[in-house]
Amino acid sequence: MPLLDVKDLSVTFARRGQRTVRAVDGVSFSVEAGEVVGLVGESGCGKSVTSLALMGLLPKQRGVTIGGSAMFGDTDLLKTDERTMRDIRGRDVAMIFQDPLSSLNPVIPIGIQVTEVLTRHRGLTGAKATAEATDLLNRVGIPDPTRRLKEYPHQLSGGMRQRALIAMAVACAPKLLIADEPTTALDVTIQAQILELLRGLVRDSGTALVMITHDLGVVAGMCDTVNVLYAGRVVESARRKPLFADPRHPYTTGLLGSVPRLDAGKGERLHAIRGSVRDVLPWPDGCAFAPRCDRRVDACVGEPPALVEGVHRHAYRCVNPESRTVEVPS
Amino acid sequence: MTETLVEVDDLKVHFPIKRGVFLDRVVGHVKAVDGVDLRINKGETYGLVGESGCGKSTLGRALLQLTPPTGGRVNFDGTELTTLPAKQLRSMRRRMQMIFQDPMSSLDPRQNVESILTEGLQAHGLGGDRTERRKIIAKSLDAVGLPQWALSRYPHEFSGGQRQRIGIARAVVLNPDLIVADEPVSALDVSIQAQVINLLEDLQEELGLTYLVIAHDLAVVKHISDTVGVMYLGALVEEASSDDLYRQPLHPYTRALMSAVPVPDPEIEDRRERILLAGDLPSPANPPTGCRFHTRCPWAQPTRCRDERPGLRIIGTGTHRVACHWAEQIESGEIRSHAVKAELIADGAGARDAHGALETALETPGGPVV
Ligand SMILES: Nc1ncnc2c1ncn2[C@@H]1O[C@H](COP(=O)(O)OP(=O)(O)OP(=O)(O)O)[C@@H](O)[C@H]1O
Ligand SMILES: Nc1ncnc2c1ncn2[C@@H]1O[C@H](COP(=O)(O)OP(=O)(O)OP(=O)(O)O)[C@@H](O)[C@H]1O
Ligand code: SF4
Ligand code: SF4
Ligand SMILES: [Mg+2]
Ligand SMILES: [Mg+2]
Repeated sequence: MPLLDVKDLSVTFARRGQRTVRAVDGVSFSVEAGEVVGLVGESGCGKSVTSLALMGLLPKQRGVTIGGSAMFGDTDLLKTDERTMRDIRGRDVAMIFQDPLSSLNPVIPIGIQVTEVLTRHRGLTGAKATAEATDLLNRVGIPDPTRRLKEYPHQLSGGMRQRALIAMAVACAPKLLIADEPTTALDVTIQAQILELLRGLVRDSGTALVMITHDLGVVAGMCDTVNVLYAGRVVESARRKPLFADPRHPYTTGLLGSVPRLDAGKGERLHAIRGSVRDVLPWPDGCAFAPRCDRRVDACVGEPPALVEGVHRHAYRCVNPESRTVEVPS
Repeated sequence: MTETLVEVDDLKVHFPIKRGVFLDRVVGHVKAVDGVDLRINKGETYGLVGESGCGKSTLGRALLQLTPPTGGRVNFDGTELTTLPAKQLRSMRRRMQMIFQDPMSSLDPRQNVESILTEGLQAHGLGGDRTERRKIIAKSLDAVGLPQWALSRYPHEFSGGQRQRIGIARAVVLNPDLIVADEPVSALDVSIQAQVINLLEDLQEELGLTYLVIAHDLAVVKHISDTVGVMYLGALVEEASSDDLYRQPLHPYTRALMSAVPVPDPEIEDRRERILLAGDLPSPANPPTGCRFHTRCPWAQPTRCRDERPGLRIIGTGTHRVACHWAEQIESGEIRSHAVKAELIADGAGARDAHGALETALETPGGPVV
């Protein structure tokens, strides 16, 4: 049984006088214990809303509708009450965000914020909690942790703040860590440090990681399984190597062709995808990618393309998929 | 023959740091650009890459005289800009345009596209009468791939990629020689990034434009540029043709930067060597002595790296320039890399303090294999 099994997750936002937004529209994926799972896609495809829904952090107000299920052991994270959810958050499932400043309290020293987590979930207090907090900051590579504990978030650099947030997230050795673009706001050499830190934590502690990113390079370097999202749905899902070696969905190949690569030869033109994410077809009417797709055929519209399951759990949602398989001449 | 369009010589921009109730006390300087030499050839693209705060935008703006340089010279097609009288500089501006990272904040939301494009023409007294102007505008819209009906629309009615096209149209409508593009694609989604990069390349071909492209993304810069300059704390640390730089990065910082760029290919990611740098970027208000990279350099040697600032020098027979005392010895393997202790860098108000005790993992010594 997977650690987390998300089935048909959907989230809609309805506001009076405005069109209802289907932010997430039937997302399914699963995470095995200790696995690193990537959710990759461009802005607005529903990555953050998916993670907020799993954490029970979407605003509880009229107009926000959540459907589907997300089984974490015997608990459905989407349906459980707020009290249980509060216990699960931080202890079993933790999350880190793109902008660490927004998730740290600006007027409370880092040390107190870290020890609070330790007190709430592990019952540590006083000198014991402080010692453990120092140890945590040390583990995430914050120099001179004893001193840093007394400082406020704004006194740390972006990279150090993200380390502090990671320290709080892993304080209770959660089974699952969700990281929403944890390095997008950072410089590339600092990103490399943070990714290395996350790789090490996952390797040493067996924590499973859901890595949310728009960067295919980050995915290639650290995910075991990858889910490509487009317009609120997973359009392709595969193990890391088959996804990159044999991408089947035209959106995946489009993304891969769009990224300038360090190792490409001079003068190689990028294969841009035409149009923009604004040109979507609602999923019930057909393939949402159809308005931008070069492989579009008649069968693409009318109804949403079904999920095709290939070998080794390589699945894609497309009626006219790409194939790199070369036909062997007879 | 390659002709030089822009020649920058020992350019410096130092911003005063002011304190006191009336901000009337100068307590130091941020040396945002601290002695940069470079040339940009006609019809070519010069790419400037480096991490945040290293001075890329300031260099671009100083080159265009939008920020007054503290020192040094900028020669544009035979004319010295730093001493040019304001009036002549103004008319020279038509030939040097700029495009920005966030098209939304650089476009006036109350102006429609037609008025955005007309403004520059009028300011420079170009385009003759109204019909003539309309023709020029229509042509530049076409060139950037926007439909004619865009003219009557406002910036917020467009997607990010289309807004960047408007920004580009505003620059090319003046028929410039040089375009300084400051992070032209970093706010865009990858599929849109590719469209804009292709557009910039097409326009260069058609109009014979010269570009200075500023970006923090080495893969983007390498893709689009003929020559790449790598900046660290206000100075160029390496400069080479884009292929040479990729094939043989010689400066330790370039090596680290290159090894940090994720490549969307698992086979390469699994094999590649990573040079992880220790700690954060030092503050440009208080840069390290000697080689500015010595506090983080895995190859730093006592005591020369700390005491003596290396200048850019040509290595080999071509045009590859590097600012490192030990580039040859590092390249040959004579000097090996070592672990570096991270220094504490305070980002906010806190002062810099004692050295931290973090051993940053240096996974593999030697050059990156990307
Ligand atoms: N509270 C909300 N009310 C209404 N719409 C929302 C709300 N939150 C998100 N959305 C919409 O839902 C869609 C998905 O948003 P989401 O933030 O999940 O995208 P994302 O994939 O995380 O994008 P990015 O890469 O930009 O972070 C978007 O169209 C967004 O505008
Ligand atoms: N007008 C100004 N007054 C004072 N300091 C400035 C000013 N403009 C820039 N700086 C400082 O100069 C340094 C270089 O800034 P610059 O914007 O050129 O960097 P950059 O390389 O473009 O960075 P980024 O990648 O973040 O855009 C920074 O430390 C910045 O804070
Ligand atoms: S279903 Fe059709 S339109 Fe959608 S991605 Fe596949 S080929 Fe393209
Ligand atoms: S001069 Fe010294 S510190 Fe600077 S890059 Fe070269 S080896 Fe490193
Ligand atoms: Mg998001
Ligand atoms: Mg800048």
